[in-house]
Amino acid sequence: MRAGFIPLLDMAVLVATEEQGFARREGIRLQLVKDVSWSNIRDRLAFRQFDVAHMLSPMPVASQLGIGSNPYACFTPFSLGRGGNSMTLSLDLYREMQAAAGLDGTEDALANALALKAVIERRRRSGRKPLVFAMTYPFSSHNYEFRFWLAAGGIDPDVDVMMTVVPPPLTVDAIAARAIDGFCVNAPWNMIAVEKGVGRIVATKADIWPSAPEKVLGVSTDWADKNPETLSRLIVALDAAARWCDDPDNHGCLAHMLGDPAYVGVSPDMILRLLKGEITVDPGGRTRSTRNYLMFHGQAANFPWLSQARWIYSQMVRWGQAAYDEACLPRVEAAYRPDIYRSALAGSATAVPAVDSKVEGAGSTPTVVPATDGDLIPDPDVFIDRRAFDPSDIPGYVSGFAIRANESVTAAKYATGPENRRLVPKQST
Amino acid sequence: MTKDTQTGQRPLRVAILEEDSLKAAVLLDGLREAGIADVEVIDTMTHMLRRLSTIDPDVIIIGLENPSRDVLEQMFQVSKLVSRPVAMFVDQSDESMIQAAVEAGVSAYVVDGLRKERVKAIVDMAISRFKAFDRLQRELAAARNELASRKIIERAKGILMRTRQLSEAEAYALLRQTAMNEKRKLAEIAQSVVTAASLLEK
Repeated sequence: MRAGFIPLLDMAVLVATEEQGFARREGIRLQLVKDVSWSNIRDRLAFRQFDVAHMLSPMPVASQLGIGSNPYACFTPFSLGRGGNSMTLSLDLYREMQAAAGLDGTEDALANALALKAVIERRRRSGRKPLVFAMTYPFSSHNYEFRFWLAAGGIDPDVDVMMTVVPPPLTVDAIAARAIDGFCVNAPWNMIAVEKGVGRIVATKADIWPSAPEKVLGVSTDWADKNPETLSRLIVALDAAARWCDDPDNHGCLAHMLGDPAYVGVSPDMILRLLKGEITVDPGGRTRSTRNYLMFHGQAANFPWLSQARWIYSQMVRWGQAAYDEACLPRVEAAYRPDIYRSALAGSATAVPAVDSKVEGAGSTPTVVPATDGDLIPDPDVFIDRRAFDPSDIPGYVSGFAIRANESVTAAKYATGPENRRLVPKQST
Repeated sequence: MTKDTQTGQRPLRVAILEEDSLKAAVLLDGLREAGIADVEVIDTMTHMLRRLSTIDPDVIIIGLENPSRDVLEQMFQVSKLVSRPVAMFVDQSDESMIQAAVEAGVSAYVVDGLRKERVKAIVDMAISRFKAFDRLQRELAAARNELASRKIIERAKGILMRTRQLSEAEAYALLRQTAMNEKRKLAEIAQSVVTAASLLEK
């Protein structure tokens, strides 16, 4: 089987599946193929150059909704884990925030967002250009997390700053060249920016929403229809590999595998620190220890929750990538397939949730999730804005955000007929 | 209403996003030969968006190996005027062309509403030029290799002639015999001789 990937630490489960023999044990050979863009991953999956792929968690949802420039139907039956993302700002910008808000470096993600807001206000008053922030793809956890964090600090990502795309391996150079003022990307690029003395990590994915899915296994619908048995065996292999990746005893070995130039190609020492959750956040040497900075298996991290697919849709609606339409919900749910995960792992040692949806970010009193071997007690799970997401009320959740795209603009955008379409937007300002 | 009927048959404007100037030139030539004169090359990704808005192309050609494809994707999303620009891939009626394009490493973005035949000629040309360029690259690499091999064999022969007092023909025969015995390439054996000699010299 050919599996496309982008070199990032969150591909660990795919690497371990092949390199540690979990695939072979299921009679599968996984040929891992490096690629340079998420657009390529999507297109190569659509045109059968890949059978499965390392994908951003919102990509299957976008594909089912028909948004993006090649919305070819795919879905995910398996999340490849949680965590790994961080928001990194240029060191100059962070120093400005320290001066404006008296930060001493111990502040949490929300305090950092509020300090950024203060700097943005100041810059506006003195007529300076808006800050430019980068993420990796319009339908990415990075886009939604960066926006979520900014908005939690009172910053409107579509008005107060400019959001752009920079491919992950180029983020560090872009910040060093002052082409961007900050970025959100998965490991190891944030820590590389810090170690090169050009960036300061101000928030991690877990600060924004601890149980957010990060990358997923993307599968084309056509391929899955023709190969249900192979898909099922692949899920069993991935599950075993994910369990292996979570075991701290294996982290040294995993760091060496990922450090290979064929995969991520950075120093195994740095990878090991990231796997342990020991992050250097400031070039001055300040570190932060984050439990489960990268989580590959525990806490049902691989289960494709329908409620998480719905949360992704809520963010697409929030930011005007899609108009809310109840008729779309079956398509949103077609993107995440807990049923396939459950049937592949029935009778295995992995506790499989017995429900497909839950309230996300329910707070410090966790909702108990009934699972195959007794109940699963998730860790406390809170969004940075402390509002829980009830998957049965997307419109209510979206309208509860003070900062969001204007609904009438979104509606007009999607009502535009083809005669008004242009390939390139005229500059709006 | 399509753009064609709106604007009559005005010539299509094509933008090529390519940092490799040689590759861009090969593509540009091909399009001009096919009678498409209105072609612009964007060779730096730094001001890509601004350049694209100025050019306002009907078709964008970009290689699959270019990470800036994700930047384009974002541009199409954030624009307030574009509802949905269309990748060549969306119209899957001509599957063989798309397959050929993916294999050749080309992708194209096409303004919605353009007649398919007009775009097809451009994409077909891009595919054939991408393939030709690839072949050229491979031939170039092979030629460079060949040259490097010949040089290293000359040096190995020289070393053998000096250290073992052989004639040129004998030195060559020795190298060849060793390569045959070890089932390795002549250039590899020559490289070993040169490396070993450099170690002994010091």
